[in-house]
This record gives sequence, C-alpha cells and structure tokens, in this order.
Amino acid sequence: MTTMTIAKAINEGLRTALTDNPKSLLMGEDIGALGGVYRVTDGLIGEFGPDRVVDTPLAESGIIGTAIGLALRGYTPVCEIQFDGFVFPGFNQITTQLAKMHARSNGNLTVPVVIRIPYGGGIGSVEHHSESPEALFAHTAGLRIITPSNPHDAYWMIQQAVDCQDPVIIFEPKRRYWLKGEVDVEAPGLAEDPFKAHVLRAGTDATIVAYGPLVPVALAAANAAEEDGRSVEVIDLRSISPLDFDTVTASVKKTGRLIVAHEAPTFGGIGGEIAARISERAFHSLEAPVIRVGGFHMPYPVAKVEEDYLPDIDRILEALDRALSY
Amino acid sequence: MGTHLPATEFDGTAVDDQREADAEAVMGEPPAQMVQLLGPDGKLGFDPVFTGYAEKLTAEKLRGLYADMAAIRRFDVEATALQRQGQLALWVPLTGQEAAQIGSGRASQPQDYIFPTYREHGVAWTRNVDLAELLRQFRGVSNGGWNPKDTNFHLYTLVLAAQTLHAVGYAMGIQRDQKLAASSAAVVRSDGQDNGAAAPDAAVIAYFGDGASSEGDVHESMVFASSYNAPVVFFCQNNHWAISVPTNVQTRVPLSNRAKGYGFPGIRVDGNDVIAVHAVTEWALEHARQGKGPVLIEAFTYRVGAHTTADDPTKYRESEEEDAWRAKDPLKRLEKYLRAEGLADEAFFAKVKADGDELAAYVRRTTHDLETPDIRSAFANTYVEAHPLVAEELAWFEEYSAGFATEEEPARQAVTAQASQEAGH
Repeated sequence: MTTMTIAKAINEGLRTALTDNPKSLLMGEDIGALGGVYRVTDGLIGEFGPDRVVDTPLAESGIIGTAIGLALRGYTPVCEIQFDGFVFPGFNQITTQLAKMHARSNGNLTVPVVIRIPYGGGIGSVEHHSESPEALFAHTAGLRIITPSNPHDAYWMIQQAVDCQDPVIIFEPKRRYWLKGEVDVEAPGLAEDPFKAHVLRAGTDATIVAYGPLVPVALAAANAAEEDGRSVEVIDLRSISPLDFDTVTASVKKTGRLIVAHEAPTFGGIGGEIAARISERAFHSLEAPVIRVGGFHMPYPVAKVEEDYLPDIDRILEALDRALSY
Repeated sequence: MGTHLPATEFDGTAVDDQREADAEAVMGEPPAQMVQLLGPDGKLGFDPVFTGYAEKLTAEKLRGLYADMAAIRRFDVEATALQRQGQLALWVPLTGQEAAQIGSGRASQPQDYIFPTYREHGVAWTRNVDLAELLRQFRGVSNGGWNPKDTNFHLYTLVLAAQTLHAVGYAMGIQRDQKLAASSAAVVRSDGQDNGAAAPDAAVIAYFGDGASSEGDVHESMVFASSYNAPVVFFCQNNHWAISVPTNVQTRVPLSNRAKGYGFPGIRVDGNDVIAVHAVTEWALEHARQGKGPVLIEAFTYRVGAHTTADDPTKYRESEEEDAWRAKDPLKRLEKYLRAEGLADEAFFAKVKADGDELAAYVRRTTHDLETPDIRSAFANTYVEAHPLVAEELAWFEEYSAGFATEEEPARQAVTAQASQEAGH
C-alpha cells in the first residue's frame, strides 16, 4: 500500500500503461514539459520521449481525430482534454466517428482510444472549466464512460481503460485531484472490474448513489444522517456506461428509497436514467419516488455563486428527508 | 503547348476573376498555375518536373488507365440505374472525376492507406474493393461494406472532412512504426542476427472536396500534418460544386495555394488529365514516403452529374457550363491520344466496352443478392467487449420477437404473460 493523490495515482497508472504497452501513447495540450495543467502527466515526457507523450496543437477535434487514425494503425492513444468545457470542438469526432467505427465496420475495426477529461466544479474557476457533460457521452452507444472517486480506483481504472478494446472516456474529478488515499499497486482487488459499482457504506433506510466528485459528499451526508439515527447505504457508481443497475437494484430492494446525486443538471441527466430503470426493476420495493440531487437547468454559474449550484451535504440531506417522509 | 495554364481560364465567371484579382492585390496571391500534361485535344505537353513521371507510364499502363476509367464510368451508370429502379436508396455519381480518382488511386502502392470521402468509387476500384460490397452502404444493408484491412482502403466517411484527421493520425502511426522498426532492428543487429526484410515505407492519402475544404477538420489535419511532418497526401477534388454551392463561396484563393500557409507544397493539377494526376500523385507519395512531409494536391475537375441521385443540378447551374466541361472529358482525351499514337486499336476499345458491360451485369446481379443483415449483428458490433445493457436489450428483443407467430410456431404471448406473472409482476 502506498499513499498518493488521485493526480499522482493517474500519473503512476499512465506510467505503468506506457511501460507495459509499447503501442500506447499520450496526446494533449501542454502534457509534455509542463506535465499538463493539473500535472497529471508530470515527468512522463522525460521518461518516454516526445513520440509517446505528444504535445499537440491546440485543437481538440484534431486530437481525437488523429487519435482515431493512430488507433486504426494499431496504437492506443490516451488523449487529454484540458478542461470539460473544451471537449466540444472534439464532440463530432467522438460521437460520429470514434463511437461508431467498430459498428459501422461490421466489427472489422477497433479504435481503443482513451479520452481523459478533468470535470466538475468547486474550484472557483472561470467559464467552461467546471462542467459535467457526462450524460451527453453516456447517451452515445459505442462509448464507455468511467469516473474514479479515489486514488486506488484512479490508478487501476486508467490502466483498465488503456487495456479496453472499446473507446473509453475517463472523467476525472478535478476538485479531488489532491485527495489522498491508499493505493495497492500490486493488485486491483475490488477494483478488478472498472464497470462495476461499489457499495461503500452499508445501510437499511435509504440508498445514495453518487459518482466522481460527489462520492465524498454522499459519504459525509450518510455519516451526518447516522447521527440522526438513519442508516444510509452509499454506492459509488464508478462506471456511467455501462451502468451497474444490478448493484443499485439490489440496494434499493433492501432500503426502499433512492437518492441520486451528481453535479450535472438533473434534466436529461444520469439520475433520470437511474430513476426510470429502478422504477422498472424495483417498483414494488420503492417506498418513495427516486429523488435526484443535481445542478440546475442553467449554464454553469459564475464561481462566486457555484456553492449555491453544486449539490452539497445539506442538499443531499434535504433529499433524504423528502424520501423518508413518504 | 504550355503546361502551366492560369486557372482562371477554367473558372469562367466574372466573380471568380474579380476574387482572384482581389486576392492577388491584397495578399500577393498569384493565380494558381495548373499542371497539365494531356490536354483536351489529346496532345501531350511537357512539364519540367512531372513529364519524367509521366514517361514511366508504358503503353500497357496507359491502356490500363483508360480501361479503369471506362469501367468505373460504366459502373456509375449502372449504379445510377439501380437507384432509379429502387434497388439502391441513394447513389453518389462520380462521372467527370474518373481521371482524378483513377490517376491518384493507380499512383498509390499496396502498402499505402487511403481515406476516401463517399464518392471515391474509382479509387476503390484501383484498390480492388469489390464493387458489389461498395454498394452495400447505398442499398442500406451496411454502414461500411468492406473490410479496410483487406485493401488499405478505409470505409467511406459521410461527415465531411472527419477522415482527413484519421488520415493524419494514421500517418503519425506509420512514423512511429518506422521508429519502432529501426530501434528493434538496431537491437537485433547488436546481437549479430538478421534483422529481416524491412517493411516498405508507406504514405497515406486523404481525399476531400472543395466543399469540405471549409470544414475545420481540414485545417486541423493540415496543422497536425505540418507540425509532425506526417507522410500524408491531401487530395482535394475540386469538382466545383458542393451540392448547389459553387467553389467561390468556399474560397477566394485557389485551394492549392492554402498549402503555403501550412508550410508544405500545394499543386493544382488538371483533374481531367489522368496522366498528370498520376504523375503528380506519384511525386507527392514519394515525397511523403521519403519523410519530406505532406503535400496538398488540388485536382481541378468537374462533377458532371448530380451531387447524389436526390439532387437536381438544373436548379443551380447552367447546362452550358456542363457542356463546357464535357468538352474536357477525361476519357475522350486519353482515347484521342491512344489512337493518335497508335497505342490502342479498335479491338481494345471494343474489349473495354464488353468488359464494362460484364462488370455492370455482375454489379446488377450481385446487388439483388446482397444479404440484408440481422439486427443481432448490430447488437454484436456496438462494442468489442461484453456490455450488460446491450445484452439486456438483445435478450428483450429475442423474447419480444419470439412472441410473434410464425408458420412453424404459434404465438407465445400467453406463455410470456404467464412467466411474467410468476416473476411477481
């Protein structure tokens, strides 16, 4: 066991991937000498050289599009998109090309491209630097979407993404980059399957599902509820597509109540998809409607008011009260 | 005969003349010089660089280029007819662009990799793609149709210019393959063992059109290609019309001049001159394979027919313009040359026609036989690795489908309902 931050864990995971897979390479803006704006690729260009840690021109469509070409030639590119809000110039290449290539080639072509996107708010940043666009990608068949919430998962999930033969987008919770935790670099243990949700805390009265940056918030809310005598189960989704409905369903069948929390706006979001599926799968177990806690239907607001936008412990507890009032 | 003709001769509109004059005055942009070796009169001219390449074309190869162009034009006629008869959902005709496609395709080597748009049927022919497979997309039985790994001819891409970036990335992969091969060869050599035959140097061709030249991906692909000196040839067929919008809405300088801004050579070639297209493309591919970086070729040609079978060119252009371009027909001029030089006789042209008819019959026959896929293959090919949602939806689909009566089996709805009740619903 080693203690490290999420940023360092991804750095170490990338180092291992680059060492193990000679056809893997990193691409992105400022990922070389600077080590990325969050230093996630710090030091890697010195070890692997500029052909494998590629500082690209400032063009997101270009990054994704050339990564697809490299993948067609047998390479495994890991692209860094500098900030969530800057992925959209590459959205066309991701959704019309990357996601569909295997299907439209009748299975003849594979494009194992990995896209790393630091996402989410809470860092007091400027416009386009705090968004959570995961639902837009989850809606696109052909992509896999994962998001680690702790260093151990981050270390293993980035490597699992590189190993996966499908395109994988890994949303990295940027406000948790400096969250420290234990990492077992010898074995993934429970992190064996990157597409499986984890029950982080057992409970009997209600279930909170969260992912990425809100996982620590959900745990804190559950601890606070416990002081009021409420037993709350917390699930870290880890993977958004595919989504591990079995784990969520099993929990709801036990607790009867479900709260889904994410930073992204609730309308058209992942929480809605979970609510719909759970109403089909566990209708007779539900004691209350599934309640979503998330961002409002507005562009991500200015930094000075983001605290009013982002779900926090109190917002989750309020939702819990509502769920328990039925 | 002069070989570098000012392109304004071909543009023929006052708007184009004025815009070229403006471009020259404001930015010092000269009108594009166009490489032409075989003129519409069937006479061979001279070019200090490219004549040397043209001279490598033996009589047999020249006859081959003619036969290719004739075959693909016959195929185009047949595919258009198949669409009109409801056998294809859509067809994208290439008539008029045979020289641009056959000339460039035949200049490529087997190890080169081609990224087409959706009109490169002639290039597909030169890469030995089965034309019946090529029709699968237009019949609605596949979104691809062939395995690109068999021919190094990628699938058609319908989102304009997206493939230009794939081409550059592929070329960046070739560069890395060469470095990996060199480093492993060095390791082997130090062991004193045979390092085997090295893979031949390869290059990539990215096709796009004058309309797609306005897409941001073309710009980004040229920036990336330039930054990394990627072995890629950008082959722009300027066929003068992006559905109904003329080229002068896309650009006010000759498209080939844009290469200068990226720092690599740009050449405008007479796209109806198969000899010049072949020579220029061969030169450009050599340039790329030798590590000298990208080249932009603008093949100045014309889409004689409609954009697709859903289009009506009479709504946006004059028939006089079409007639003027028919006079520059790529097949006629090569035929004139072959006959005048005694390189092909009547029997050759008769055989070309017979082969074309045979090809058309083959295409017609096999189109009718193209198998409609089972939607289960779409479930299977959405992801490479197992995906629980896909598995769940497929299971539902199987259950649902089984509920319909067939001749062999009665409906199973009752059974399904009973099973559902037993499950507690």
